[in-house]
Amino acid sequence: MIPDAKIPAGPLAQKWQSHKARLRLVNPANRRKYHVIVVGSGLAGSAAAASLGELGYEVSCFCYQDSPRRAHSIAAQGGINAAKNYPNDGDSVRRLFLDTIKGGDYRAREANVHRLAELSVSIIDQCVAQGVPFAREYGGQLANRSFGGAQVSRTFYARGQTGQQLLLGAYSALSRQVGAGSVRMYPRHEMLDLVLVGGHAKGIVTRNLVTGEVRSWAADCVVLCTGGYGNVFYLSTNAQGCNVTATHRAHRRGALFANPCYTQIHPTCIPAHGDDQSKLTLMSESLRNDGRVWVPKDAADCGKDPASLPESARDYFLERKYPSYGNLAPRDIASRAAKEACDDGRGVGPSVDGRRLGVYLDFSASIARLGEPVIRERYGNLFDMYENITGENAYRRPMRIYPAVHYTMGGLWVDYNLQSNIPGLFVGGEANFSDHGANRLGASALMQGLADGYFVLPATVADYLAGVGLSGRPSGEGPEFRQALAETNDRVARLLAVGGKETPRSYHKRLGKIVWEQCGMARSKEGLTKAIADIRALREDFWRNVSVPGTGAGVTPALEHAGRVADFLEFGELMCRDALVREESCGGHFRVEHQDAGEARRDDAAFAHVAAWEWKGEGAEPVRHAEPLAYEEVQFSTRSYK
Amino acid sequence: MVKENSPAADHPATLRLRLRVWRQRPGQPGAFEEHELPAVPTSASFLEMMDLLNERLIREGKEPVAFDHDCREGICGMCSMTINGMPHGPLPGVTTCQLHMRNFRDGETITVEPWRARAFPVLRDLMVDRSGFDKVVQAGGFISVRTGSAPEANSIPVPKPVADEAMDAAECIGCGACVASCKNGSAMLFVGAKVTHLNLLPQGKPEAGRRAVAMVRAMDEAGFGNCTNYGECQAHCPKGITLDVIARLNRDYLAERVRAFFASTGKPRRGGD
Repeated sequence: MIPDAKIPAGPLAQKWQSHKARLRLVNPANRRKYHVIVVGSGLAGSAAAASLGELGYEVSCFCYQDSPRRAHSIAAQGGINAAKNYPNDGDSVRRLFLDTIKGGDYRAREANVHRLAELSVSIIDQCVAQGVPFAREYGGQLANRSFGGAQVSRTFYARGQTGQQLLLGAYSALSRQVGAGSVRMYPRHEMLDLVLVGGHAKGIVTRNLVTGEVRSWAADCVVLCTGGYGNVFYLSTNAQGCNVTATHRAHRRGALFANPCYTQIHPTCIPAHGDDQSKLTLMSESLRNDGRVWVPKDAADCGKDPASLPESARDYFLERKYPSYGNLAPRDIASRAAKEACDDGRGVGPSVDGRRLGVYLDFSASIARLGEPVIRERYGNLFDMYENITGENAYRRPMRIYPAVHYTMGGLWVDYNLQSNIPGLFVGGEANFSDHGANRLGASALMQGLADGYFVLPATVADYLAGVGLSGRPSGEGPEFRQALAETNDRVARLLAVGGKETPRSYHKRLGKIVWEQCGMARSKEGLTKAIADIRALREDFWRNVSVPGTGAGVTPALEHAGRVADFLEFGELMCRDALVREESCGGHFRVEHQDAGEARRDDAAFAHVAAWEWKGEGAEPVRHAEPLAYEEVQFSTRSYK
Repeated sequence: MVKENSPAADHPATLRLRLRVWRQRPGQPGAFEEHELPAVPTSASFLEMMDLLNERLIREGKEPVAFDHDCREGICGMCSMTINGMPHGPLPGVTTCQLHMRNFRDGETITVEPWRARAFPVLRDLMVDRSGFDKVVQAGGFISVRTGSAPEANSIPVPKPVADEAMDAAECIGCGACVASCKNGSAMLFVGAKVTHLNLLPQGKPEAGRRAVAMVRAMDEAGFGNCTNYGECQAHCPKGITLDVIARLNRDYLAERVRAFFASTGKPRRGGD
């Protein structure tokens, strides 16, 4: 039973407009009588909370950070796509739609992606009006640049901090509503459970991260904008606090989890320096425009000074394998090639756990050709950041890079209205699965978060509320709330009571190693089967040996981390299971059994569908449902970058 | 164990450090706690060094040191440690999370404290309550535009130098180092940065005066001190926000007060000052 995706009928380009015209509305005088909970304050959450508050609903917004302005959307560097066609280079809504579908390797929902492309235009208008300081031309008009996966310049940017500026725009809109009293903001609150009443999402359970208080909140509906699950890999470019708990807890309450195996690995990150590494830092992909990627041909040379190695001893492997795209091969392909070189024993840099995981990104040819000042002008801030982290001067010595996890395309299953299979539970931004298929194009995460938050959710949430009417909100005192509260308290108590010797972080690291090795850039049946067994064993060990000092009252960082790791330990298994069943390679999902000499081989006949997983209880096998991807206007084709 | 083969690894690959860390529970006086860390990799970040300490504490069944941190790449503004008396430590232009241990000496004693400011009460150990910043933004740190009612983006041309200057101010990450470094605990650099960002842009002009006055008033109400031009805030800002933003804030504030004074001699009016 896959629930109905509720794709509206009619021509693709008119679906959203005609659907929107049919969505039910709530009378302005009645809106304040509805209480909407928004969890998460990134681009999607802030935008949704601000817009719903402005419309007159009573909104409560929760985030785990100390201020909504700190959500991890803030770290996005590159830009945001929009089909404005300002450069007059032939862009259009249809072209952005087609690029996104192709970039997603034909595993995204057609109607959702088209809506995203349509709304991209309004997002830029909205953000400019809010005062987002996008880059400008001398004439005062907005500037654009090109980005991967497109032949037009449609990316708007604010230096290398586009995510920061867009989030601060959404945060200012949210702050305006908080100041006006229409949104109540609850920072330093973590959602630990979802409450269902009569099959509808009607509340959440949170823990106050300052006081330790666990309590429930009743509402007419719940909107989750809680981000992705990249931290299941332990090392990722995500913030430390990013976690899967909100979506996983909703999953345990019946929400389907779609395509968890679709994760994106970014090729240009600073390699791990050692076992104490806590996160990985992304370096803008633009570096590959002027840097050449290489490793020594001979593994014996890997510890030597790179300057001492003559050209003949170097393997410029991307240029060798992909002569037409060379160092600019797409993210997934460049990442896998770097992994292969390192697996071959030819990685460079410090040895961590006996392995050198890094490849050179060498600017010496560009510096010789263009001069150091030109390179400094183009990438100076990145070279500074690199030196700050590694202590190495990349003007004198090649940079070292290695791929890292930085985005997850999978998420809670939603229909066209961004409503999950649980009525009243809406999911926006990276937390849902719908728009990026098996691979996300650069500069489209910000676009999706804001499209969902500003434009889709305010319309579809209203439709739901109008449908359930004013008698829909439970008191918050009923048995469902008492039970959810008791279960959360019990779980907190269990974590505190284990009394073992191992830290939550040590489990997180071990889980990360398992999924990175077996469910990272290259996946195999054998490896995934082993990973599932290893994760189960690790999970059992966790509940026997984890140490969580403290009473749970007040600030308890070990408890916060332990709770998140416990959920990752359940979720990681689901991710591997999804990867195991998907017997094809598509986008970021690469099964070694399904390739043509290193190139991903899709199986459209068997796998042109969304896999949506249903929780069946702890220890029970989850059930996989398939939502077929019926394309009305797009033809399947194969990506090639040779 | 990491073996560095980089040219930066002239000094030992690990450091022996003594840490003096501030521990405090809400409503109680705090105190320094001393810890020896025998082998901190020079390649580790400052927060990874704190992780090492906390891992050891948890293994010993003790409560780890609470500190705020999130993105660990210098953009979210959550990390907030006073290191050897300096907010975000000794390196200019760097947040705590981007400070790396190779900047410290073997055998050094490092003192780690929370932000110290009246408006930032300590919640626990190194964590402080910076909600005063949110209150200031809620009072006027926005442009009042309804979702969906924005005009076509290119219908509002913004000269490039103006956009660039607004962007310089908009880079503020709201970490609070300016407040922590100021003898008066003033938030003028933070407020000035937001007012400068929005008031420079044509979109922000209609509310420019009201914004400056409302944000300054909220700043005072939140318990931040006054500016007496020490300039410590500029010296410790990890994002290079300069005192120019305070000058602009003062100018816009004064202009609005003068305007309101003369406007108020006419018929009674609502709003403004």
